[in-house]
Amino acid sequence: MNNTLHLDRPSPVHRLAPEVKIAATVLFTIVVVATPRTEFVAFAGYALLLAVAAVLARVPAPWLLRRATIELPFVLLAVWLPFAGHGERIDWLGLSLSVDGLYGAWNIFAKGTLGVLASLLLAASTTSRDLILGLDRLHCPSVFTQIATFMLRYLDVLADDARRMRIARLSRGYDPRFLWQVKAFAVGIGSLFLRAYERGERVYLAMVSRGYTGRLPAPEQGRAPVAQWVASAVLPVASAGIALVTVLS
Amino acid sequence: MNVQAMHIANGIVNGPVSAIFAVFAVAALAYCVRRGRADLDERLVPMAGLVAAFIFAVQMLNFQVLPGVSGHLLGGTLAVILVGPWVGALCVSTVLIVQCLLFADGGLTALGLNITNMALLGTAAGYLLVAGLLRVLPKNPGGLGASALIASIVSVVVASQGFVLEYALGGTTQLSLPAISGTMAGVHILIGIGEGLIAATTVATVARVRPDLVYALRRFRKPAVLPVEVAA
Repeated sequence: MNNTLHLDRPSPVHRLAPEVKIAATVLFTIVVVATPRTEFVAFAGYALLLAVAAVLARVPAPWLLRRATIELPFVLLAVWLPFAGHGERIDWLGLSLSVDGLYGAWNIFAKGTLGVLASLLLAASTTSRDLILGLDRLHCPSVFTQIATFMLRYLDVLADDARRMRIARLSRGYDPRFLWQVKAFAVGIGSLFLRAYERGERVYLAMVSRGYTGRLPAPEQGRAPVAQWVASAVLPVASAGIALVTVLS
Repeated sequence: MNVQAMHIANGIVNGPVSAIFAVFAVAALAYCVRRGRADLDERLVPMAGLVAAFIFAVQMLNFQVLPGVSGHLLGGTLAVILVGPWVGALCVSTVLIVQCLLFADGGLTALGLNITNMALLGTAAGYLLVAGLLRVLPKNPGGLGASALIASIVSVVVASQGFVLEYALGGTTQLSLPAISGTMAGVHILIGIGEGLIAATTVATVARVRPDLVYALRRFRKPAVLPVEVAA
């Protein structure tokens, strides 16, 4: 699967079992979101923790920052909030800004960014196949893991069939330019779906006839060792510690 | 106004409300898993995977509706027509979970909110409308396409109002709700029309060539040729 965010690096974080990484990311994000928005020191501490994790995972900072632009729409919402919010207002550089809106903007920006960075680190250090395996080991219902497995598999089938159909159009003298390609694509979207389905159905039946029962065989069965759980628990435990210390002080 | 992608990020809606919706989403999905298991036969497993992949691809198309305002397709109606309401909701939520874990799109703690809006509200509205419309409209590819178009528009707007409700309950700042509601509805009517056209072309083609694959037409199917047994 080359369309995911996975970064292939030999690092201690990459070697952790997927289920412990998923658990650590979820718990860390919950701690971040639960932190009151005025605890500025705590957010700096979380950022530091993530920076350490990124160094350990050998994920370069520019890569992370470029991918983090996915939350840009929400940052735009955050920029707009101080102007639109209600309540007490302050003047800054001749602009009248709402205090509540400013806090809201900071809240969205800080929590959103930390959450996106944590998810990006998880995605960078885990292949999509491992992620599904991790979800399976965390007792996610097999209907989900089954749909997710086929979804990731069929994404490539869809992309390949879309490319084949485009080549077929081109070789019949079709000369698409810029936006007008959209029309041919829209007209062909139904047949793209059918072609991909029939290809996917053949793949599925081939799998069933080779003994597939809804679960892919895992290379190494057996659960993650306790040491891995302890190692990855450092992130959520440290963040919870930071949260407690800053809220209490 | 810049509310756009319906993938809510972390920190937009406060913790307690996110938690309530997470519990709600888990409970509703558990019910869908129970009901969906009965639906999931040899034919529906690859279809569910493909529908999920299709929705995944389609959600990457972001429409620039107004300057600074864009949104994406949801695909809930397409899912319920092809795989039924239970598996359809599971397909959309699988897409959301994978997007969240693999692509960092949508906050982890907002997953309950996102699933409630797009996978539960959107598909429920879509399914009820399709089921209702198919009673009136002809049960052929044309009628199916028309009901897909109408149901898509309504279901996308309903899903967008889900965000307004969540924001009203636990928004981290005070904004005027009618304004949010109006903007969200306006933007999403346009998105719904785009989504409806894609869904209608797709289901009409599938219904024309392989009507056996369309879940929404199952009830109206005449007992036909013997089903082919696949050795599992």
